Amino acid sequence: MKNFHRIAAIFSLLATALSASAAVLPEEKAEAMYHRYEGGGMEIDGPSVLVRKNFDASVSLSANYYVDSVSSASVDVLARATPYEEERTEAGLGVDYLYNKSIMSFAYTNSQENDFDAESIHFNISQDFFGDLTTLTMGYSKGWDNVRSKLDPSLDEEVDRQHYRLGVSQVLTKNALLNLDIETITDEGYLNNPYRVYRFLDTTSPKGYEYRIEKYPQTRTSNAVALRGMYYLPYRAAVKGEVRYFSDSWNIKGYNYELAYVHPFGDQFITEFKFRHYEQTKAEFYDDLFEGEDVRTFMGRDKELSTYSGDSVGVGLTYEFNKGFSFIEKGSINLFVDYMKFAYEDFRDVTRTGFAPGEEPLYEFDATVIRFFVTASY
Amino acid sequence: MKKWIFLLLAPMLLGGCSSLEPWVMPYERNNLADPIMSFGRIGIAGSYMHHVYQAREGARGAEGGSGGGCGCN
Repeated sequence: MKNFHRIAAIFSLLATALSASAAVLPEEKAEAMYHRYEGGGMEIDGPSVLVRKNFDASVSLSANYYVDSVSSASVDVLARATPYEEERTEAGLGVDYLYNKSIMSFAYTNSQENDFDAESIHFNISQDFFGDLTTLTMGYSKGWDNVRSKLDPSLDEEVDRQHYRLGVSQVLTKNALLNLDIETITDEGYLNNPYRVYRFLDTTSPKGYEYRIEKYPQTRTSNAVALRGMYYLPYRAAVKGEVRYFSDSWNIKGYNYELAYVHPFGDQFITEFKFRHYEQTKAEFYDDLFEGEDVRTFMGRDKELSTYSGDSVGVGLTYEFNKGFSFIEKGSINLFVDYMKFAYEDFRDVTRTGFAPGEEPLYEFDATVIRFFVTASY
Repeated sequence: MKKWIFLLLAPMLLGGCSSLEPWVMPYERNNLADPIMSFGRIGIAGSYMHHVYQAREGARGAEGGSGGGCGCN
């Protein structure tokens, strides 16, 4: 399966070299954001900055820096350990190269935590066809992770990841766009979260159950396909829609859909409203409460492997200024707020006491996401 | 498998049809060129939401970024 996808990517790259048409580099600009996530016992916030500079109308360089400052007392942590704080930093460099009216993009990213490091390289190529009405994009990424554990100093494991992407963007009418994206991802190595545990019945325990470190398969292959559309309304506003379907070799099947409405007020304000729904079925080795210790080859209780659904609503406001100052030609100030709620169908809240094992209330949580960011074009 | 083969061959087939006339002419693309019609209008703030969803959902991949759009430039 993996060889097939590797060959698929090479074939597509060769195919796109056949003809050429218009293409342009991304806009020169800088973006700075403060992000904050709060919910389910977790608080995560930090800055993110991206700066892009173009040279000779054929080369565009970009650099980005991102920080997650995490304070976690989630249900997974409270079930077995004490709350913790940590920081993740990510840095990346990218170059886009315009050649013969095709755009080739390379990027490198490095992410570091005190118990997890990740490096990845990315390659994309895109090209327009049919008088620039169709854009074909193909991409490949490879990543290397190093997994460690604060609870087990001897743990030092590796994960290899590969991504294969194919996308088509199509102008349908003078008011409608459609995008199709397909992505296959393969992982090999230590895929456990070393802090997550499975739960099993144990009559010798005062609680009636005990925990052990999860046991995951060492490979995972997933496929996702997404269709996105956008339509310009008879007045100046746009509606966006998205449907995505997902499946993987762990037997998780999921889908989401999203609807959004973008409405400007005058020349300087843009509002955006959205609704998103997500749902999935559980992994084949997931259970909230196993019948005993080591009763199966693979055993997991990560709530992200369970059967659940989530809904989110979001609202955003953009203020654009076109009168520049100093070297800045134009820019924007933005505030986006999202509220999300997840409800689990087979993951129980073990922090609720006074219930028999397996009889605890089902877990649910809500969260708020805030994004405040400014952009400046120069 | 047949679907994948079709997707692989599609670019070659499209390249062979380069004489096809565009059905939306450049002067008809004002609406498509409006920034509100961009899938990536909010840049890194959009990428951040993908990160938020990836961390809390089993699904992953095909988050977008296939680029393209109105062909206005």
